[in-house]
Amino acid sequence: MGFADFTFYVFAVVVLTAGLFTVVSRNPVHSVLWLILAFLSAAGLFVLLGAEFVAMLLMIVYVGAVAVLFLFVVMMLDVDFAEMKAEMAKYLPLALLIGVVLLMELGLVFGNWTFADQAQGLRAAVTPAIAETHNTAALGQLLYDDYILLFQLAGLILLVAMIGAIVLTVRHRTDIKRQDILAQMYRDPAKAMEVKDVKPGQGL
Amino acid sequence: MTNADFQILLPEIVLAVFAMAALLFAVYTGKDKTAPMLTWITAAILAALAVWIGWNGEGTNAAFGGMFVDDAFSRFAKVVILIAAAAVLVMGEGYMAKRNLLRFEYPLLIALAAVGMMVMVSAGDLIALYMGLELQSLSLYVVAALRRDSVKSTEAGLKYFVLGALSSGLLLYGASLTYGFAGTTMFTGIVEAAAHDIPLGLLFGLVFILMGLAFKVSAVPFHMWTPDVYEGSPTPVTAFFATAPKMAAMGLFARVVHDAFGGVTADWGQIVALLSVASMFLGAVAAIGQRDIKRLMAYSSIAHMGFALMGLASGTEFGVQAMLIYMAIYVTMNVGTFAFILSMQRDGQAVTDIGALNQYSKTEPLKALAVLVLMFSLAGVPPMVGFFGKFYVLQAAVQADMAWLAVAGVIASVIGAFYYLRIVYFMYFGEETDPLDHAMAPAQWVFLMASAAIMVLGVVNLLGIEGPATAAAAALVN
Amino acid sequence: MEITILFAPLVGAIICGFGWKLIGEDAATWVSTGLLFLAMLLAWVVFLGFDGETRQIPIMRFVESGSLSTEWAIRLDRLTAIMLIVVTTVSALVHLYSQGYMANDSQFRTGESYRPRFFAYLSFFTFAMLALVTSDNLVQMFFGWEGVGVASYLLIGFYYRKPTANAAAIKAFVVNRIGDFGFALAIFGLFYLTDSISLDVVFEAAPVLAETQISFLWADWNAANLLAFLLFVGAMGKSAQLFLHTWLPDAMEGPTPVSALIHAATMVTAGVFLVCRMSPLFEFAADAKTIVVYIGAMTAFFAATVGLVQNDIKRVIAYSTCSQLGYMFVAAGVGVYSAAMFHLFTHAFFKAMLFLGAGSVIHAMHHEQDMRNYGALRKKIPLTFWAMMIGTLAITGVGIPLTTIGFAGFLSKDAIIESAWGAHTSAGDFAFWLLVIAAMFTSFYSWRLIFMTFFGERRGDKHTHEHAHESPWTMTVPLGVLAVGSVLAGMVWLSPFFGDHDRVNKFYGVPTHGEVRHAATTGGQGDTVMIGASDSHDDEGDNAAAGDHEGDPAVAGWTPGQGAVFTHPDNHVMDNAHQAPKWVKLSPFIAMAIGFVTAWVFYIGLPGIPGKLAAILRPLYLFLLNKWYFDELYDAIFVRPAKWLGRFLWKRGDGNIIDGFLNGVALGVVPFFTRAAGRLQSGYIFTYALAMVVGVVILVTWVTLAGGSH
Repeated sequence: MGFADFTFYVFAVVVLTAGLFTVVSRNPVHSVLWLILAFLSAAGLFVLLGAEFVAMLLMIVYVGAVAVLFLFVVMMLDVDFAEMKAEMAKYLPLALLIGVVLLMELGLVFGNWTFADQAQGLRAAVTPAIAETHNTAALGQLLYDDYILLFQLAGLILLVAMIGAIVLTVRHRTDIKRQDILAQMYRDPAKAMEVKDVKPGQGL
Repeated sequence: MTNADFQILLPEIVLAVFAMAALLFAVYTGKDKTAPMLTWITAAILAALAVWIGWNGEGTNAAFGGMFVDDAFSRFAKVVILIAAAAVLVMGEGYMAKRNLLRFEYPLLIALAAVGMMVMVSAGDLIALYMGLELQSLSLYVVAALRRDSVKSTEAGLKYFVLGALSSGLLLYGASLTYGFAGTTMFTGIVEAAAHDIPLGLLFGLVFILMGLAFKVSAVPFHMWTPDVYEGSPTPVTAFFATAPKMAAMGLFARVVHDAFGGVTADWGQIVALLSVASMFLGAVAAIGQRDIKRLMAYSSIAHMGFALMGLASGTEFGVQAMLIYMAIYVTMNVGTFAFILSMQRDGQAVTDIGALNQYSKTEPLKALAVLVLMFSLAGVPPMVGFFGKFYVLQAAVQADMAWLAVAGVIASVIGAFYYLRIVYFMYFGEETDPLDHAMAPAQWVFLMASAAIMVLGVVNLLGIEGPATAAAAALVN
Repeated sequence: MEITILFAPLVGAIICGFGWKLIGEDAATWVSTGLLFLAMLLAWVVFLGFDGETRQIPIMRFVESGSLSTEWAIRLDRLTAIMLIVVTTVSALVHLYSQGYMANDSQFRTGESYRPRFFAYLSFFTFAMLALVTSDNLVQMFFGWEGVGVASYLLIGFYYRKPTANAAAIKAFVVNRIGDFGFALAIFGLFYLTDSISLDVVFEAAPVLAETQISFLWADWNAANLLAFLLFVGAMGKSAQLFLHTWLPDAMEGPTPVSALIHAATMVTAGVFLVCRMSPLFEFAADAKTIVVYIGAMTAFFAATVGLVQNDIKRVIAYSTCSQLGYMFVAAGVGVYSAAMFHLFTHAFFKAMLFLGAGSVIHAMHHEQDMRNYGALRKKIPLTFWAMMIGTLAITGVGIPLTTIGFAGFLSKDAIIESAWGAHTSAGDFAFWLLVIAAMFTSFYSWRLIFMTFFGERRGDKHTHEHAHESPWTMTVPLGVLAVGSVLAGMVWLSPFFGDHDRVNKFYGVPTHGEVRHAATTGGQGDTVMIGASDSHDDEGDNAAAGDHEGDPAVAGWTPGQGAVFTHPDNHVMDNAHQAPKWVKLSPFIAMAIGFVTAWVFYIGLPGIPGKLAAILRPLYLFLLNKWYFDELYDAIFVRPAKWLGRFLWKRGDGNIIDGFLNGVALGVVPFFTRAAGRLQSGYIFTYALAMVVGVVILVTWVTLAGGSH
């Protein structure tokens, strides 16, 4: 077992453990932290595969942005996950039974796993050789050429998600006072205020 | 990636570009004030695309290395989808406007959903399948929750979203198992790898994919979302759910089982048959207890999907043809029925309780007659076109040596006839209650009457859909 | 022309039944009457101009199924021609008569339209009857057979407000079912053995059938005998022969014109017609013929005894009809089909007239039917009186003995009695004596009817008698026409029906001996006989039979199916009858005279006698009055057990088991699942997700265990 193999197993074990704790930990904040660990380990796995670009994306986008956003949301919402879990605990025996059955069946599948004859070849055919191409170039080739359709469809999906988020959350209420920052900024003391010289004993 | 590829994809591109352009236009101009206009334009474009596809399409064309397939089958499905979407937009416009729900995003989301559905029925690749599915689903999640001030509507959207995510997970799991075995996501590659005998692993992949799809067609036991979502969503959205996406999901279902797993008909045939029986019976039995007509239609659609799946379960070319005919008839009937449900109101308030239909025939004999025809057709009473749809799928099942399935179907349809006829009973013999409003939007009236007329006149030759359906089935199964 | 005859009544029925609202009641009824007269006119033209040659007139394809191929065609031969005039004539006259009789019926409320319905039924009946008699194959005949059954049912139950009428209609229908079942079995059997239902094919196959064995129920039977017997069962039902006769007297609940048309002149004679029509088969079924003779003779005797004591004027005539039908069957049974048809022909005239006359009396007496309330009506309704007199003279058989001068019944009835004697069999002798006794009874009850109705003193409601009035012309004209027939029909047509051999053969289109020899030398006939031979019959037998037949030219030539009726070469009954000794020929006249004198003594001379006699012979009187307790017997043996069984199956079988099951499913099982489905639909996402996951597990497990399809 060389260094690469050793590193792989370390990362792999960490990913699985972190994933498990993400699910089982009682404190939601801990869950998010475990999740970040899982992401980091996964990035390590990508590096091992020679996919540095994806590894960096994972670090920057998922760990740097998404997970931190999660953290904020979780802390702000103050959801009592413990209570929800208690509700779900009622179904635990059944869920366990189902899980065990499913696990056994999947184990059976794993034990009998075979590949189609041409599977290996087909898998290799779509990706350019890592040694010859840069990560970014290879990704670009695939995304903007071979899989342009899928890529654009993914874009449409995100567009829909965005529209959805706006449609379902943004509302213009007319019966409330709004802060108009520009108006505040452009406020001119000269126009807003007038100095009046009040003579004693007269009033305005 | 060539010009030819985009040429094949042109209808989808046109629709997507239109949606985005309209979005920009609306945002920078009148926003929701442009919604009625956008609704009509969208409907017109959908209808125009249906005509274009139906008229122009020819032969089988694969684009993007086979990820996208344009053939007679996809064209048949697309025409049905587009027409249904256009019809639902038109007849729901008034309803939405009246209840302040006519946001300008609504027609555009429908258009984007239509793009997703068109991709679904043309998918030649597992990823394309998933992309189409998600594009459609995401749009539907949003429109289901469109009525933000209603708890039910929000809840409907959320439920649909969460369960949809679960089903997507199942589908993806199945897809990954399949990919793991076959080494490719292309249907053409999978069907080669799974030509005769398939190992347990691929079988699992198949089952998980089928279950993900079963959720979309709301087949039992993946149907649970249907009644709640149908009830909670605004009625025009419900009408949409009941029509176009069902056709799309069925089309996708047929695509996957025949294009990707056409070599192992017997393996998926029995799974589909099981889903079919369960759906037919649950749809029939559970609907009996419903008094809300939208929930009732939800169960009705579950039962109808069971029948459509029966055609598919036979695993033959004729079965696919029967399924397509069934779906076309089903969509037509549902457009008519929902046109009527949209018009059900009392003192301007929408009513969905079937008790409100009591003595409807006294005040509105013509409309009551049209509804009677539709209900008979939905129940599958012989002279109506609905009977022929059922007849086709039963015939397909019998031809495929699945007589037990046909018998089960007949029993289920007998049970199911009860609740359709109960509506007729209420309309003609019910107790005296406050009558419903007379007013009905012209578009709704037209769709109701046209649908009912088709149910009667279609007996002549099913309005000629048999030819295209045959061609479609032949293109898919080979 | 024949097609017009057949369809004119149907057109009339349709116009009258469905179009009366458009053209009015009177117009509708007169249209149907007019069409019937047209049919009658054409029928007489056909009959008088008919040369005896059998013809087929195709109308349309009827049934095509497997090897069964049937045309709807009119088979025009002498039998058909006779039946055509009988049916159309009586029907036309009854239509006319009904114009008067049904004008104001107290059974219906004022303003209610019942007349178009009545005439439509009558016309429909006529159409069905014509379809029956013109049929060229058995299925077509069965169609007519059932058609008249339906019409009979509708007309007996015409007074649907009367429970007794409804009961009688049902009874008639149900009893006829038994007979029809026999008929249907016979058709099945013939089709099974000959692979055809065409009369021609069946007739030609008759000699073969006579040598074929067929397994039926528990034993092997001779095919010809069995099939002939089954046909006769059908005939028994329709013609109200003993054991299946109980419906006929009850059928008098219908309006009187119906009784005249259906239950005297036409429909009830369908059985006799069937036997004559199937004469080629019967000629080869000696045992079946014997049964026909016994049943016919017993019916004639039984019905006559019951007729002696009945008081309802229509019932007397009904039993008389039953009895006369027995005569006809005896004639057919001994093989003199011609005599049977002769009596059928004449009987149609005088019995229709008696019924119409009775109807006229009833009409005059305001629907009083009990003869004990009549008396001395001679002066009140003279036309009716004379018509009834002629009818009675005809039915009792008045004529000059040993000559051919007499009323219709005299000639035809004597022909039958002589034929029975001429059979020279034990059955024939038995029938001869019973028929003579029955003739005496016939005379007695017929004169009793006349005396009680028209002579003596007024009895019953005085008011009714005072208002008794002669019927309108629409009712008396038919009586007059029928009276002419009753007087002359016998004398005019005696020789074609019952004259010497050649005359009769010519009349029925049967080839004469000369032609036969010619045919035999060409050798063509022997083969045709064998067409349709059944498989069970080996070829050697065929050849042997053919050889035998060719040895005797007379035998070979008498191919069944040539001509309207077929008589076996060994059948010399008619010749024997002509050579009967004088005492035989005189016996019916003497019997008639005894009956007349007795009746005169009982009801004119010494009116006290009947009452005393009834008191002395009380058990016998009650036995006869209650029609030999047939109804009570059937009630105990069949009706009550059947009702019990029906009630059992209804309450227990249908009510508890079938309804219980369906209701259980519909009201128990389905709602249970509905509720279960409703409970599952909890509204919680995790329930829904759980359902999905459970579904996943179930499907996955199933696939794992089943290993897909492998």
